[in-house]
Amino acid sequence: MKRKLVCAIIGMTMAASLLAGCGGSSDTAATDETAAEEEGAEEEAPSGDVITVGYAQVGHESDWRMANTQNYYDVFSAENGYDLQLIDCDNDNAAQIEAVRSFIQQELDYIVIAPIETAGWDTVLQEAEDAGIPVIIADREIDADNYDAWVGTNTVNEGITAGNWLGEYLDGADANILVIEGSVGASATLGRTEGFDSVLAEHPEWTKIDQQSGDFTQSGGQEVMESFIKSYEGQFNVVVCQNDNEAYGAMDAMDAAGITYGVDGDVIIISFDATHDGLQYTLDGKINCDVECNPIQAETVAEVIQLMAAGEEYPESTLVDDEAFVAPGIESAYATTMTQEILDGRAY
Amino acid sequence: MDKIRKITKMSLFLPIFSMILIMLINVVYDIHCGNAPLNFFMISVKNGVLYGRLIDVLNRGSEVAILAVGMTLVVSASAGTDISVGSVMSLAGGMCCMLLAGYGVTNVNEYNVPLLVGIGAGILIACLCGLFNGFLVAYMNIQPMVATLILWSAGRAIGLLLCNSNIVYVRVDSFKLLGAYVGIIPTPIIVAAVCIAVAAAVLKFTSLGMYIQSVGINKKASRIAGLNSAKIILMCYVICGLCAGIAGIVATSRIYSADTNNIGLNMELDAILAVALGGNSLGGGKFNLAGSIIGAYTIQAITTTLYALGVSSAQAPVFKAIVVILIVVIQSGPVKDFFKKYSSKRRAAA
Repeated sequence: MKRKLVCAIIGMTMAASLLAGCGGSSDTAATDETAAEEEGAEEEAPSGDVITVGYAQVGHESDWRMANTQNYYDVFSAENGYDLQLIDCDNDNAAQIEAVRSFIQQELDYIVIAPIETAGWDTVLQEAEDAGIPVIIADREIDADNYDAWVGTNTVNEGITAGNWLGEYLDGADANILVIEGSVGASATLGRTEGFDSVLAEHPEWTKIDQQSGDFTQSGGQEVMESFIKSYEGQFNVVVCQNDNEAYGAMDAMDAAGITYGVDGDVIIISFDATHDGLQYTLDGKINCDVECNPIQAETVAEVIQLMAAGEEYPESTLVDDEAFVAPGIESAYATTMTQEILDGRAY
Repeated sequence: MDKIRKITKMSLFLPIFSMILIMLINVVYDIHCGNAPLNFFMISVKNGVLYGRLIDVLNRGSEVAILAVGMTLVVSASAGTDISVGSVMSLAGGMCCMLLAGYGVTNVNEYNVPLLVGIGAGILIACLCGLFNGFLVAYMNIQPMVATLILWSAGRAIGLLLCNSNIVYVRVDSFKLLGAYVGIIPTPIIVAAVCIAVAAAVLKFTSLGMYIQSVGINKKASRIAGLNSAKIILMCYVICGLCAGIAGIVATSRIYSADTNNIGLNMELDAILAVALGGNSLGGGKFNLAGSIIGAYTIQAITTTLYALGVSSAQAPVFKAIVVILIVVIQSGPVKDFFKKYSSKRRAAA
């Protein structure tokens, strides 16, 4: 009897909570929607031509990404006539697709996506197309083709720039190269490797001794370099790190083993990303060459959006210019010699 | 013959055997390449510090070894694993660097607060995380994996919040010390040795170890026998948090920065694997701390070996998996029984 009573009570509570839950959620959803509509109406009413842009950002995993996010906030500001909704997807592919869906539901004017994964975009892009919202893919590339424009950098070019600079700097001398690559399978890893290897193939006097992954982190770079030093002591004169954090780690490991590097040292260091700290090391002559992967892309995206808004023809794909920086005392046709002014003038 | 049987029956025989097996791979490789056969084991002093692959294994394996101490106790007492340790490491590092640099600052050359305050706060917050996990498991009776799942996801996020989502650099020599060298010895090795020694001493000279095992084997019976089971489980989780805090500070000091996104990433899995490789049952109860420690260094030995062999990064996880499978299978019940039967048959024949 007692048990039955308990069962009945539990059952009733569950049913009640279920009802309450449903009612509650639909209520809040409804109020949210109306609130959003009201907000939108209020904001759009006075100026009339505010362009609403949704940006599905990858995450905040590195200095580079933070600089990229800040750049979007600066360019798509209210003063410039935009209303930017930036969603940080924290490297979660599903969250990113949800973010894009919410942009579609809110009927924003333009959607910008920095894709986390290359595959799986067809459905949601189709939804955007059906809703008549132009989509711009930024920074990385995807496997689908039903988007409107692409703006980004080309990591293969970065690898080629690094290789060209090394060829010019060594001027025919032998190179024994160790590569600390990024995360296995990442597009930056693949692109930078492909670009650099294509230059490597043109130089018979260059040998790539080994290539291991440092996972784009400083401790990864440290660990791989420690091991490289033990395996190939005295056999290498070039270390290529596929991002700045790995380069810091490699420098730590070489410091501990008493190996000199940089402009005055035995080992040439090439790095990628050109973050503020990385360029400081370049200025100090510790990194010989730092190839930039430009996070300042929002201006270019804004130009494309302006063209779209004006109904003019716009380029389907736009490359953001990358630069390379070399330590003071090195002159190069492929890179800019680093100075304090350049460092101070950097936006990030 | 009897002596050999005695040795093989020791509980640490298999973990040590697996570790030696992995190092033998290097000997074979070195002979194959025409290097000195014992290249892997050579230790020299270079640039004023110890130098050699064996030192790398001990140095790089420190964090997992420290984590393995706490994880062993947690596994034993609660028959579950603490999967939050990697995130707690990151949180401890983030807390420490945030205080040392000041909130929102990403790059400093001098301390904002004294070094010990920073390190103390980092370790304290890690202990609090342990307390939280322990409370949920011991007093709320939530399954360990579910309870620690909360901080597994939240710990790193709180760390990121503390550091304002940036990598915070503290470029002061005394901060780098914990991850660098004292005299000629890498500091992480010393830190790990001290942690292990303290844990071993406590387990040897107090009855805590026995209490933990007894709670792990039968929580109810232990309570009836007069042990405060919940309190002991809580204590294990706090110790695990403490270990994670220390490991986090070491990992942070190595790169003199709080890289909250990456510190301790997936390290909880290595710590659990270390406990398993050490021949401990993840079902709780009896445990062998030395086994877990050896397990931790075995994992690092595999990684270092793969670097030494020049296995490409894409293939490395596969090799690692194969080695781990072999070690686990060698230690499994059926294989052990097979060898027991085999040797007794031979004895009967002789």
